[in-house]
Amino acid sequence: MLTVLLALTPATVFGWWLFGLPAILLFGVTVGACVVVEAVCLVLQGRSVQIGIADGSAILTGWLLAMSLPPWAPWWTGALGAVFAIALAKHAFGGLGQNVFNPAMVARVALLVSFPVVMTAWVSPQPLFSPGAPALGAALDITFGPGVPDAVTSATTLGHVKTELSRGIPVTQSVAEVPALRDLVFGLRGGSLGETSAIFVLAGGLLLLARRIISWHIPVAVLGSLFAMGTLFHAVNPARFADGSFHLLSGASFLGAFFIATDYVTSPVSKTGQLVFGIGCGVLAWVIRTFAGYPEGMAFAVLLMNALTPIIDQYTRPRLFGRSRDGAPLPLREDA
Amino acid sequence: MKLFPVRGGIHPDYRKSLSSNEAIVVMPMPRRLVLPLQQHIGAPAEVLVAAGEQVRKGQLLARGQGPVSAPLHAPTSGVIEAISQIPAPHPSGLPQTAIVLLPDGLDAWAPLPAPLADPFEAPPEAIREHVAQAGIVGMGGAAFPAAVKLGLGGQHRIDTLLINGAECEPYLTCDDRVMREHADDVVDGARLMARALDAPCVIIAIEANKPEAIDSISHAAAKFAEVQVVAVPVQYPMGSERHLVQAITGRETPARRLTADIGVVVHNPGTARAVHEAVRHGRPLTHRVVTVSGGAVRHPRNVDVALGTPVADLLAFCGGLTGMEEQLVQGGPMMGQPLPSLDVPVVKGTSGILALTAEEVAEQPASPCIRCGSCVSVCPCGLVPVELAAYIRKDRLEDAAKLGVQDCLSCGSCAWVCPSHIPLVQYFNYAKGRLNADAAVQRKNDRTRTLAEARTLRLEKAEAAKRAAAAVRQAAATANAATGDINA
Repeated sequence: MLTVLLALTPATVFGWWLFGLPAILLFGVTVGACVVVEAVCLVLQGRSVQIGIADGSAILTGWLLAMSLPPWAPWWTGALGAVFAIALAKHAFGGLGQNVFNPAMVARVALLVSFPVVMTAWVSPQPLFSPGAPALGAALDITFGPGVPDAVTSATTLGHVKTELSRGIPVTQSVAEVPALRDLVFGLRGGSLGETSAIFVLAGGLLLLARRIISWHIPVAVLGSLFAMGTLFHAVNPARFADGSFHLLSGASFLGAFFIATDYVTSPVSKTGQLVFGIGCGVLAWVIRTFAGYPEGMAFAVLLMNALTPIIDQYTRPRLFGRSRDGAPLPLREDA
Repeated sequence: MKLFPVRGGIHPDYRKSLSSNEAIVVMPMPRRLVLPLQQHIGAPAEVLVAAGEQVRKGQLLARGQGPVSAPLHAPTSGVIEAISQIPAPHPSGLPQTAIVLLPDGLDAWAPLPAPLADPFEAPPEAIREHVAQAGIVGMGGAAFPAAVKLGLGGQHRIDTLLINGAECEPYLTCDDRVMREHADDVVDGARLMARALDAPCVIIAIEANKPEAIDSISHAAAKFAEVQVVAVPVQYPMGSERHLVQAITGRETPARRLTADIGVVVHNPGTARAVHEAVRHGRPLTHRVVTVSGGAVRHPRNVDVALGTPVADLLAFCGGLTGMEEQLVQGGPMMGQPLPSLDVPVVKGTSGILALTAEEVAEQPASPCIRCGSCVSVCPCGLVPVELAAYIRKDRLEDAAKLGVQDCLSCGSCAWVCPSHIPLVQYFNYAKGRLNADAAVQRKNDRTRTLAEARTLRLEKAEAAKRAAAAVRQAAATANAATGDINA
């Protein structure tokens, strides 16, 4: 668990820098609220608070939720999100290991459908120490007070392309207006608190791979299928469909592939199952981004695939030693 | 030689260096030997001696009864003190009948059966007969009577005898030492067994972490074209018979079948050496090499010890315990069993006696399963331990059985990798035990019901016959009455 938190740190610190003090305040509120809600749930069930908090899962859920929120969202989104994530998505199912859906994604999606305006109030990067960055007083106002001044809101990359498309402007043209490839890679763009920097998220993901916390199956399947869908359809109609690398670098592709979809509890247990699951996430994310009402699809895609995990598990069990797929003993050799 | 991949497996800390460089030492005869009548799978042997009787080394003390059994011989000369109940060398510690022998210190041999003059000219049955008479059982720990396994050549076409020198359990080094120090005997014993099985090919498989054993066995085998030595990857549980056969031949043993069904018989190097002793010198199995190891043993080593030696004496011979032992285990740490007491004796299947410190045991409290899937990746049998455990926790044993819990070989790899420290293999052993017991009850009930049904049917038949007879009588009476014959 510590390694996962460590792996999230580069992207998080970058998000703090990019979006300034309000982002840091929101992060603190979200993680703190998750720990508090976890403790309350444990107390209500008469379970050990110490052991339950020490496993770090509540901190991780809060951290991932914070990373997926608009960076200048008000404090109550983090607090309410914590209740959705910890109380409803996790403890209502029986606590650690028993939940069917990824708690952080349940919270993000519940907030998104309940408070669409607040949850899509994106800000352009206002890096710390830059002239436009809010000072402490303004930051407190943004997080705990009246909220974000309208002047600084903007669209995300995916949102921009989607809006333009609905106005009849082809993707080829709108993509040309989004930040340069270099800015997408580093994350100098609008978006959720911790998802904008592909390279920092990827660095954390590689750390998880190197430390064998996760295996390559899910991330490669998610990113591979997303890229493949993008490339394929872009080749068919470049004016309608953004290309593969655009899909990889925008939205929460990397965060979803390395940190969300790989959640042990809600993903299949066998390697084959993990490939199926990952491909499902990638394809669904592309479909939702391309055809559905929301520009961003990773959270929805992961939740939908979470629902399929038990079935995937059932159909991807390894073959038993000495038995055929249907469980019957293998036939003897003819010549024996 | 090209090897075939084997699914799953783990790389536990080997800890073999504690004893692997210690040459086999012969332990002096203890004050008393305790020889259980059942040192093998199958029916217990039948006692032939009485308390007070003087016996000599190698003398038959108990003979095998039934098709799967093995006789028992005196490891030294002395007096039978008693035939009594002792705690069995089994985790249950339940009482078991044993012959207690007081050595007289003379170690005087009884007349031995004549060795086979030229075993490769004699019929294969002659070798099998010698092995049966010598009381040899599988010395890797399974303790299956070796002669019965050698008889499989009669029912199956065996193309390969595989000597399992993998010794993949951490700590254990007795096979390693036997192969290093008695390579010629092991190779000769293997060739004799191949002859008994009519198997044209002998393969001796040794894990790559035993280069000295590979060297000395290769050297001993060089003279014989039919004997091949193969280094297998260091991967637990490579020593699992079916998995080793798969690694070497690529053949997968069908469930509920023997490896003999696919043409391979597997024996242990210690067994091969014992076969050599029996066939070439007429000596029965009276001693074996045991690894005594673990962080709580003062001088870990490999000991050539008389069967029946109490574990307490064996440990004393190894300098005793450091006083910090946490767990006593017989066999290896992965698949071994806890020792019920220090009074239990070394038997034919005892490969190791381990005294592990708390640090080595490293038992940690279990936390909730997070479905990480590690147990699925390492299971060499293709089971899904996480799912099985969930069913067993809810006492849904039938569902666990459907997913193959009875195919589990209890290697413990799943529990070893579990980051939540869930004792998975204990769940499965529990389920297997319960399912077997339930099946036995089911069989008994079925039989009772069949008998009851048969009885009901029989009674009904008898009743019907009685009624029919009555009806006939009645009819006759009526007929007679009608004719007025009152004497009918």
